[in-house]
Amino acid sequence: MSPATGAPGATPKYTKKDFESDQDVRWCPGCGDYAILSAVQKTMPDLGIPREDIVFISGIGCSSRFPYYMNTYGFHTIHGRAPAIATGLKLARPELKVFVITGDGDGLSIGGNHLLHVLRRNVDVTILLFNNRIYGLTKGQYSPTSELGKVTKSTPVGSADRPVSPCSFALATGATFVARTLDRNIAHMEETLKRAAAHKGAAFIEILQNCNVYNDMAWGTLYDRESKVLHELRLQHGKPLVWGPVDDRRGLVLEGVKPKVVKVADVPESQLWVHDETDAGAAAVLAQLWAPDYPIPLGVFTNRTGETTYEEILIQQEQKVISERGPGDIGKLLMSGETWKIG
Amino acid sequence: MSESVAATRTAPKPRRTLTRAVIRFAGDSGDGMQVTGEQFTTEAAWAGNDISTLPNFPAEIRAPAGTLFGVSSFQLQFGSQRVYTPGDQLDALVVMNPAALKVHLRDLKTGGILIVNPTAFDKRNLDKAGYAGNPLEDAALGEKYRLHMVDMEGLTKKALEDMPLNAKEKDRCKNFFALGLVSWVYTRPLEPTLDAIKKRFAKRPDFVEANIRALKAGHAFGETAEMFAEHYGVEPAEMAPGIYRSMTGNRALAWGLLAAAERTQVPVVFGAYPITPASDILHELALHKRFRIRTFQAEDEIAAVTAAIGASFGGCIGVTASSGPGIALKAEGIGLAVTAELPLVIFDIQRGGPSTGLPTKTEQADLMQALYGRNSESPVVVIAPATPGDCFYIAYEAVRIAIKYMVPVMVLSDGYLANGSEPWLIPDVKTLPDITVGFRTETEGFFPYLRDPATLARPWVRPGTPGLEHRIGGIEKQDVTGNISYDPENHDHMVRTRAEKVRRVGQEIPPLSINGPATGEVLVVGWGGTYGAITAAVEEAQGEGKAVASVHLRYLNPLPPDLGHILRQYRRVLVPEINSGQLVRVLRAEYLVDAVGFNRVRGLPLASQEIYEAINQMLEAKR
Repeated sequence: MSPATGAPGATPKYTKKDFESDQDVRWCPGCGDYAILSAVQKTMPDLGIPREDIVFISGIGCSSRFPYYMNTYGFHTIHGRAPAIATGLKLARPELKVFVITGDGDGLSIGGNHLLHVLRRNVDVTILLFNNRIYGLTKGQYSPTSELGKVTKSTPVGSADRPVSPCSFALATGATFVARTLDRNIAHMEETLKRAAAHKGAAFIEILQNCNVYNDMAWGTLYDRESKVLHELRLQHGKPLVWGPVDDRRGLVLEGVKPKVVKVADVPESQLWVHDETDAGAAAVLAQLWAPDYPIPLGVFTNRTGETTYEEILIQQEQKVISERGPGDIGKLLMSGETWKIG
Repeated sequence: MSESVAATRTAPKPRRTLTRAVIRFAGDSGDGMQVTGEQFTTEAAWAGNDISTLPNFPAEIRAPAGTLFGVSSFQLQFGSQRVYTPGDQLDALVVMNPAALKVHLRDLKTGGILIVNPTAFDKRNLDKAGYAGNPLEDAALGEKYRLHMVDMEGLTKKALEDMPLNAKEKDRCKNFFALGLVSWVYTRPLEPTLDAIKKRFAKRPDFVEANIRALKAGHAFGETAEMFAEHYGVEPAEMAPGIYRSMTGNRALAWGLLAAAERTQVPVVFGAYPITPASDILHELALHKRFRIRTFQAEDEIAAVTAAIGASFGGCIGVTASSGPGIALKAEGIGLAVTAELPLVIFDIQRGGPSTGLPTKTEQADLMQALYGRNSESPVVVIAPATPGDCFYIAYEAVRIAIKYMVPVMVLSDGYLANGSEPWLIPDVKTLPDITVGFRTETEGFFPYLRDPATLARPWVRPGTPGLEHRIGGIEKQDVTGNISYDPENHDHMVRTRAEKVRRVGQEIPPLSINGPATGEVLVVGWGGTYGAITAAVEEAQGEGKAVASVHLRYLNPLPPDLGHILRQYRRVLVPEINSGQLVRVLRAEYLVDAVGFNRVRGLPLASQEIYEAINQMLEAKR
């Protein structure tokens, strides 16, 4: 259980192994969750945070079993409520590093309300939403991110509801960090996780994840080697938004607020849309892009640093009143206001 | 100010001494009846009386003026003897408009004092109240009651005529005229009200002056107008010596939490979503950021309870509050705290239901919800305060039990206790029972579901403690190790263990106090806010030499260990409740006694008179 310890008081030098719990992992063989678990465990030592200060909170669903497999503090809670539990935990213990693990059903259907509020409040938590566009644990019903017309057990002739884009949703709440990554791109996952974990405030990552049992090739466009080259757009701050084969690069230009796909060779470089993580408006436009008409962006849509978190504001309020009037005294409080003596 | 009254003062008017009086102020929602009633309460408290109050107001924020459903009222009973309830029938009723007369006249005793503001009885208001003619013109009214028509609007206006306020502002002072008048009728001191006016309108010296003038004009009117031939005194009550304050149930719950946080040095995280009649607890706690309290106005009831659970997991005292509909939404979250075995305190301020029901009216119909309103076997501790002031001790006790047994504790208050007030003997906080918090730090031999042999509580570990990293959750777990387990025998064992943990709270429940003989004809068993009405009824019967006693349950799950024995010492058991018979079912099931319910579900407290009659019926049926 105990990691190799360094100098007293310093954060121990951890390895991936230090974050693996002794529980058997019970996801289906071939599930995208294995890759995510591995990437998270691998990222943990780089955070420089003592293991005992890390907490994983989840709701219900396949992804929500995650905390049991992390050798940190963990709480597997109830369907959709992980963001609210995490908010309460951060109110109680702002110094802890809190991760929320959720899925497209848990986070956007039954728990959509809580996800909205944890993001808009900018509570300092890192939220990983595993999006496989299907309900796995209940054995294959369509989810709020399933494509229109999706044929599942509960929609034998196709679903009638339109999907929500998790990143668009997160951006609309005013989230200060929003990113998207892919279960089959380990390096990108690790890089994105590190950036999200380092962010102060609510950080939201949509992880596109495969359910090989109920929705195999959920993200086929990005899994297939050929179509991936044609459609995957890597977001890089300060760099033009370009993608495609080396000999036939594509780029985006903005006509007003409408993005247009161009051949990079056809336009002067100065006209290309350059990615700016601090521009939430531009991020909202980017998050709506999808294949086949547009590329599929992966990476950090927005990263607004220096924003005050919810719990910081509350603590500032407390400290202000205590510095002005001193700490509370219940005996004095009981005697305050109108009192009278008998006998 | 006496020039405004067509009367000349000769000698002081005679004063009669009463042992108690029940009065009610009633008017439009905008007439300031709540302020008037609260202020009169403070005056009576100053005068040393025992008091019980009953505010009653519509759910609508600004209900249309003059309508029956827009009527707001405040009732209190004050006395020189122990006062248990706000009273059943009124000795005096002050009505500001026809709607108030229509709604409240039926509660006034024959021969009672009726003070009416006749100016408000115009065609428009009479129509709104559904009066075909003006009831004040009916001579029968003056024959049945001691009717005093006092032009409060006109007299207030006259008292303020040289003040640079507009007509509306002047009119809004008339409630203080009414208060001044009633203060004269019952010779209550004006000092606390003068102080309160100064504080209330600190930023508007002109309002201070106007309201004080209105108050004094009302008082002078009583003194000089011929219509009031006498007035009344109520001597101070014999109460335990000490320093008193007025206390409402909701404030007492909030302060009880602050006391527990101070004693344990463990902060409270309070999650709530606004709901009548529980919101005032959130408002009160939000004022006290200097204490160890963090309040969280959640996005919904579920987030409120789950945030509290998250805080408990983090090593703080997680508390949530709501009313019946909100508790229903929290049910799944409470179940999580049951199985995660985390301390959690839930305040349910009961109101009329089902669904939205009667948001501002009282009821006791959430007992079954508290006991059983979750999926599967999901036991929680349930306790209930008996009086507004008792809410302080109950909140503190809820925290103590929740921490000691690592269990959710539901507190059943109600709209009557929440908003009602009583003179409250301020305790020395050092005398409150100790609450021991021992966060586990020892890594050797640690398991998340290791149990204390006496309480069966599992260890409470603060995340951040090195070497104790562990996972808990809603899935069934193996006892001791906390690992996920679907083993049938383990599940059965865990179901029993969670129940046994709650049962063991019974070890510490103090013996019940029996009000009356230890054996007899009728035992009245009550819980929650009916304490006062039951006690008054039982004492009235006892005064007539009847072999009647009562016990009041503050612990509803587990039940007090001595209750079964006590129930068998009486021929009959009567259980008055503001529901269709919930505790009575529990008692019948638990003890196989032929307990009988007395049930009225009107959104109002039970009247002691009707309980008294039910006791008598039971006694007669026996013969």
